[in-house]
Amino acid sequence: MILGLVEHADGRPERLSLEMLTLAGRLGATTGEPVHAVLFGQGAREATGQLGGQRAALAHVVESHQLAVFAPVAWAAAIEQLMAAHAPSIVMAAGSDRGNEVMAHVAARTDLPLAANVMDATPGEPFRLTRQRWAGSLLEDAVLDAPTKLLTVAPHAVAIDEAAGAGAAAAAPAIEPFAPTLTDDDLRVAVVRRLEPDRSGVSLTDAKVVVGGGRGVGSPEGFSELEELAELLGAAVGVSRVVTSSGWRPHSQQIGQTGLRIAPDLYIACGISGAIQHIVGAKAAKRILAINTDPDAPIMSIADYAVIGDLHQVVPAISAEIRRVTGR
Amino acid sequence: MNILVCVKRVPATGGRITLTPDGRDIDTRYLGFTVSPHEECGVEEAVRIVEAQGGSSTVLTLGPEVATEQLRDAMAIGIDQAVLLETDGADWDPLATAGAIVDAIRTLEAEGGPFDLILFGNEAADTGDFQVGVRVATALGRPFVAGIKGIDAGDGRVVARREFGGGWEVFELPQPAVLGVKEGLNLPRYPSVPGRLRAKKKEIVRMSPAPRPGGPTKERLRLPQSDESTVEVIGTGPEAAPAVVALLTRLGVLGR
Ligand SMILES: Cc1cc2nc3c(=O)[nH]c(=O)nc-3n(C[C@H](O)[C@H](O)[C@H](O)COP(=O)(O)OP(=O)(O)OC[C@H]3O[C@@H](n4cnc5c(N)ncnc54)[C@H](O)[C@@H]3O)c2cc1C
Ligand SMILES: Nc1ncnc2c1ncn2[C@@H]1O[C@H](COP(=O)(O)O)[C@@H](O)[C@H]1O
Repeated sequence: MILGLVEHADGRPERLSLEMLTLAGRLGATTGEPVHAVLFGQGAREATGQLGGQRAALAHVVESHQLAVFAPVAWAAAIEQLMAAHAPSIVMAAGSDRGNEVMAHVAARTDLPLAANVMDATPGEPFRLTRQRWAGSLLEDAVLDAPTKLLTVAPHAVAIDEAAGAGAAAAAPAIEPFAPTLTDDDLRVAVVRRLEPDRSGVSLTDAKVVVGGGRGVGSPEGFSELEELAELLGAAVGVSRVVTSSGWRPHSQQIGQTGLRIAPDLYIACGISGAIQHIVGAKAAKRILAINTDPDAPIMSIADYAVIGDLHQVVPAISAEIRRVTGR
Repeated sequence: MNILVCVKRVPATGGRITLTPDGRDIDTRYLGFTVSPHEECGVEEAVRIVEAQGGSSTVLTLGPEVATEQLRDAMAIGIDQAVLLETDGADWDPLATAGAIVDAIRTLEAEGGPFDLILFGNEAADTGDFQVGVRVATALGRPFVAGIKGIDAGDGRVVARREFGGGWEVFELPQPAVLGVKEGLNLPRYPSVPGRLRAKKKEIVRMSPAPRPGGPTKERLRLPQSDESTVEVIGTGPEAAPAVVALLTRLGVLGR
């Protein structure tokens, strides 16, 4: 059996968990093993209803009132108990914040190795896999030697198997309630409070267009030109690390390895050189337009379009032209 | 409060990564070295907490002798003391790394008293294993939370928060606690010249850990299939504006 941790929100499985299940299904098809899902907390039952297309044969649903809030160690303890009861050959989760954290706890408790952010794997002896280093700027081919393989799956590395039957159409997995035995220690770390998101403005991760600014913007004030263009395009403003570490803009706007991953239709990168740690955050952008004084900047090798010039002239000129054309 | 921060020396790769001919490592001949931005924030936070509340801060790394450069960088911004777990520079998997850090913490605590707070980066910049901090916390029987971007420590407790779903999740842990921190926790200061000079003179505690193999075994590294595209230069200077607007229209992002 292959066990997959499925995260869910509002009664729906998370996208990254569906990606994980797609890989789990593929590994199971190779080894001839069924896939079981495990889901925690409120809305878990509802979410299983949408796992029909994902080849999950069975869903272990953990509804204990103690787990109404996220408690990473308790989740890991429950998974460890499922492992003891069902002896899965592979246990996997999405390479999300929670997925990586919970699987690290499972690994630490069982003293097993964990391969984080795996893109693909070939079961067998040896068990081979490819995983991401440097947030995906570099790949590692590795061998995992362990009685039970623990993996997390790199975000957006596996295309969800839509053909297997979109959600409700195929039969949903059977539900098996599971009540883990939890100690006070397992519950010592749990969310005590939540602060709800501020939903005003365009969120960087959902924006269709992102206007990015780097060192070339030159100063905090320089961003007013980018703000104006963003406003005209209904876009969000994102920045490079040089900008956040200079204190020009908050870190919540940083794109890249240690910031956010964006996936807009168009990323307009202004005064950004294109360091790999920045670019990994914009890999999912459909198109990139670079505005840079340097025609040889590394960003030119991944951009689709470029304007060579001083962004302080080019960006206001684009805004003016948009106003002229749209009459705004 | 007594605080320990763990950092890892990594190459500062810039515009592109070059591999060694055998494909097993990054060619670092022309590169500088640094630590993850997450860890830089951990270092800054330790300095700030000790400045505000007293106590002592320690930075620790497992790596070759040259990793003393990263220890000195941390001491240059105000960390009090440094520990090098010296290796021959070979890769250490996360189990071996965590094991050696746990042993070192036990030794250090036996001599200097407990660390009230231990800070790790959320993940190392290079291998991105997302686990060394959890393994150390588990071995020491201490609470751990990952992804932390806000810390309020005092009175034997730590209130730590992290971003979740666009909002925040808040955790409350008893001390001693272990946290995995992320960039954005604070804005690290730049080292001053006197800070650098002081750091140069400070002594570094050295230990020689023995590796225990365990994690996934690297066979080779490869660059991802490149997204390289041929760039279409659509203009130069402000005169390019009409061509840009035509492009925006064509891409359908100028609608409404
Ligand atoms: C472990 C690690 C993690 C990192 N994580 C991130 C991350 O998450 N996000 C991130 O962004 N970086 C990250 N970095 C830093 C990254 O390596 C680069 O240092 C950074 O992205 C460079 O920012 P930049 O492009 O703004 O600046 P620079 O590299 O200095 O580039 C500035 C560019 O602006 C151009 N320019 C200058 N003036 C003008 C003008 N007037 N008009 C037009 N163009 C102009 C220049 O030609 C140049 O191309 C990380 C680094 C490490 C080691
Ligand atoms: N060689 C090392 N020396 C000191 N700390 C390390 C080392 N490797 C990892 N760490 C710490 O553990 C964190 C998580 O690393 P990892 O689990 O490898 O992604 C890093 O951000 C560091 O704080």
